[in-house]
Amino acid sequence: MGRYLVRRLLQLVPVFIGTTFLIYWLVWAVPGDPFAGKCGERRCPPEYVAALTEKYHLNENVFVQYTIYMKSLLQGDFGTTYSGRSINDIIATAYPNTLKLAVVALAIEAIIGLTAGVLTGLRRNGFLDNLVLVSSLFLIALPVFVVGFVLQWTFGVQWKIVTPTVSSEMPFSELLIPGFVLGSASMAYIARVSRTSIAENRRADYVRTAIAKGLPMRRVVGVHLLRNSLIPVVTLLGTDLGALMGGAIVTEGIFGINGIGRQVYRSIVTKESATVVSIVVVLVLVYLLMNLLVDLLYAALDPRIRYE
Amino acid sequence: MSDPSAASIVSTPRPEQPTQIGAPTNAGLPESARNEKPRGLLGDAWRDLRRKPLFWISSALILLFIVMAAFPSLFTSGDAVNGSLENSLGKPSAHALFGYDVQGRDVFARTIYGARASILVALLSVAGTMLVGGVMGVISGYRGGWVDSLLSRVADVFFGLPFVLGAIVILTTFNGSGSNNSKTKIMGLVIASLVILSWPVVMRLMRSSVLATREADYIVAARALGAGTGRIILKHLLPNCLAPLLVYSTIMVGSFIGAEATLSFLGVGLKSPVVSWGIMISEAQNYLRVAPNLLFFPAAFLVAAVLSFVMLGEAVREALDPKLR
Amino acid sequence: MSDILVSEQSAPGADGSGRPSGRLLEVDDLRVEFRTRDGVAKVINGVTYHVDAGETLAVLGESGSGKSVTAQTIMGILDMPPGFVTGGQVRFHGRDMLTMSAEERRRIRGEGIAMIFQDSLSALNPVFTVGFQIAEQFRIRRGMGRADAKKRAIEMLDQVKIPNAKGRFSNYPHQFSGGMRQRAMIAMSLALDPEVLIADEPTTALDVTVQAQIMDLLGELQRERQMGMILITHDLGVVADVADRIAVMYAGRIVEEADVYDLYAKPAHPYTLGLLDSIPRMDEKGQELRTIKGLPPNLMNIPPGCPFNPRCPMAQPVCREKVPPLLQIGSGRASACHFAEELVNRD
Repeated sequence: MGRYLVRRLLQLVPVFIGTTFLIYWLVWAVPGDPFAGKCGERRCPPEYVAALTEKYHLNENVFVQYTIYMKSLLQGDFGTTYSGRSINDIIATAYPNTLKLAVVALAIEAIIGLTAGVLTGLRRNGFLDNLVLVSSLFLIALPVFVVGFVLQWTFGVQWKIVTPTVSSEMPFSELLIPGFVLGSASMAYIARVSRTSIAENRRADYVRTAIAKGLPMRRVVGVHLLRNSLIPVVTLLGTDLGALMGGAIVTEGIFGINGIGRQVYRSIVTKESATVVSIVVVLVLVYLLMNLLVDLLYAALDPRIRYE
Repeated sequence: MSDPSAASIVSTPRPEQPTQIGAPTNAGLPESARNEKPRGLLGDAWRDLRRKPLFWISSALILLFIVMAAFPSLFTSGDAVNGSLENSLGKPSAHALFGYDVQGRDVFARTIYGARASILVALLSVAGTMLVGGVMGVISGYRGGWVDSLLSRVADVFFGLPFVLGAIVILTTFNGSGSNNSKTKIMGLVIASLVILSWPVVMRLMRSSVLATREADYIVAARALGAGTGRIILKHLLPNCLAPLLVYSTIMVGSFIGAEATLSFLGVGLKSPVVSWGIMISEAQNYLRVAPNLLFFPAAFLVAAVLSFVMLGEAVREALDPKLR
Repeated sequence: MSDILVSEQSAPGADGSGRPSGRLLEVDDLRVEFRTRDGVAKVINGVTYHVDAGETLAVLGESGSGKSVTAQTIMGILDMPPGFVTGGQVRFHGRDMLTMSAEERRRIRGEGIAMIFQDSLSALNPVFTVGFQIAEQFRIRRGMGRADAKKRAIEMLDQVKIPNAKGRFSNYPHQFSGGMRQRAMIAMSLALDPEVLIADEPTTALDVTVQAQIMDLLGELQRERQMGMILITHDLGVVADVADRIAVMYAGRIVEEADVYDLYAKPAHPYTLGLLDSIPRMDEKGQELRTIKGLPPNLMNIPPGCPFNPRCPMAQPVCREKVPPLLQIGSGRASACHFAEELVNRD
């Protein structure tokens, strides 16, 4: 197990370097003036450009730039924005908000998706099954911004049940709708995966054995069937937590949540290249680590899997 | 047995005559009771599909959208690009079914013409993704060894990028507010960024199905008979990996239509004067309270188009999966 | 034994089942069909057999003959749909289980009637330890605490002669060898001291050497506990040592029932004769193996008359017209062949 972990971590390194370098290159080194549009309609004054070129080592080649960046990153320093603000601060302010949103989204998608999946998996082809099938297809088909607008408009503007945007304290009640929006597509996938999994496993021999043992149905389903069927679902949920944070741009924009997605979008628009790179680095890192965690979780959930 | 849902797992035999006949499963049957006529997987799938209303509805809708994209003038005589400001925010009428937008353009005509860009981008992106991902997957799965490791790591690199974020970064770099790209170039960029961010999925799918079939007896037999690598891949491997790939690509067309709309909505995708549903929604969001019809109609078309592709893919997938019968 | 024995107070057959009898478990004219979109398959067509305490009944037949489906119907674990019971009774201590409430039936499972399955790898839950799955019986059905249940489970593992029972308690099914896993399966099904044990091809998935060990163990446990045992198999070699009586099934019917000795000495049905003939024999080395010609009938379209007639070497015109009923011939044996007497009295 320990050796497996080390090997996986070592495998992570090139992927991490590859992804972050790709982003670094896209943001900083693609031919063109990195400061175009930075100073409004006018061209930037030469002293300003010279100072920034110096600060971000822009006259070095891109590999050297990237190495310098990574060196300071390894010491926990994400660098500063053009105006000198610490990017560590920006991330430290925005990240908890995104995490909170993602966790709410994950909880909502797990609860609704699982319930729907388990119920329809046990009773296929009924009314509920068709209802869930159609609504999950809808959720998969609808782009997040459409779901977001519709819900914001219905609940926030028309019925005034919730405030259309989330206030800066991010109370849990205000996060329900944004969380639903962010998790909507995954919720549909969770429902489908758990339905398939339950439907396949309910005819498994070991379920039959459990019934033949005379166990109450509640225990057959709740312990024997669920425990096996949930393995793919739990892993899907794990991978999703990483993906949700990277996908929160649109949701955070619609509901005015001051999270990492909105921050990165703003940075892209204002051409704060250093901030963009740093935030993407954080997101990629979280995503990769979550995937690793899911792999380990898989082994914990299914004793037949042994890593060596 | 108080839990009604649990009770249906394995029901207790009762001697009374049942009313429901023909459950779609063969799972518990003894061998001799199973279907005796040998029928291919595809024949079975087709028989299954034919009876699904979902399949027919989605196919009809897709056909409609494709005709709409190819010959928009069949559906409307309105002008999608030019309007007159005196019609600004005009209400729906017999002349303009969906009303007019801020610049006085006919929303119905724009919605019809919007199909072309949205569907074209989605279809080309899917074609590109299949090509890149498929070729990489076949090479990786068939060659194995260090080629496989290398390609898999490269795929991991692209897979690690969050989708929307990655597309935004790519598109602002090449298609930012300062740039002045032509219509086709913008479209090409959007397509390229969708392909770049999606090919690893197809590659993994292809790689695993090549790995699964590579050691199958009939492939080994073909190799033993002296068939060349190219022939084995084309004649034996591909046909067997194609079914899941086709299903996936159908669903992907749907999600790419949605992705294009999302990018256009965020202002980094297609841009006016190109007409697309995403652009229309993006422009309409500021007038949501005054003229919800501006948002509603393109959004409805967008959702219908995405849904019909996703539904078709799902229907085919379910028909092809014997485990779900 | 506990609550299930309420049935002893009510008179046997009081539920309108007809004949009172002291039988432990009896299947009476059971009929089951599978309804699929391809048609209706009549899988069980009037099966009648019984088992008493302390005796072993072997049910013999090819795959698809309905022997396992009968067992599943007894246990109440038939997949429904597609399966439907269309007639007959399954009486336990004289009470028809098919008309009991689901809860009553559940209590009989494991405690009254227990079952061992063919493929122990898939029949045991892969994500729980073997010990957990045995101890579960004591905890859920007997309300024991965790420690007591564990102690009893280890005792059970000991009883089925699993070495180092204490250590193997916390192993997962995939960490056991096939034979050991089948032993664990036996331990699990015997945990609640059932009166009837149904063993559905318990040795089919095992190596030949291990098969004998498992059969010996089953026989030993059955004698010790004076259980009634139904041994389902397609292997004539397996039954000879263990069974008291044999019921031969074909196309969802019992075609012959007899004591082991009688059946081997003088089969009273051409199908049984064919089965016995197809066993390879040491004294006929080098000769071609004898087989029964043809295939088992399509259960969606069973031929008229005797279902075996298309394959029967002795078939006469009457066999294509009349279904032979299962009739007593001599003491304690029955055959469903128009020419049973001739067969028995042959040379």
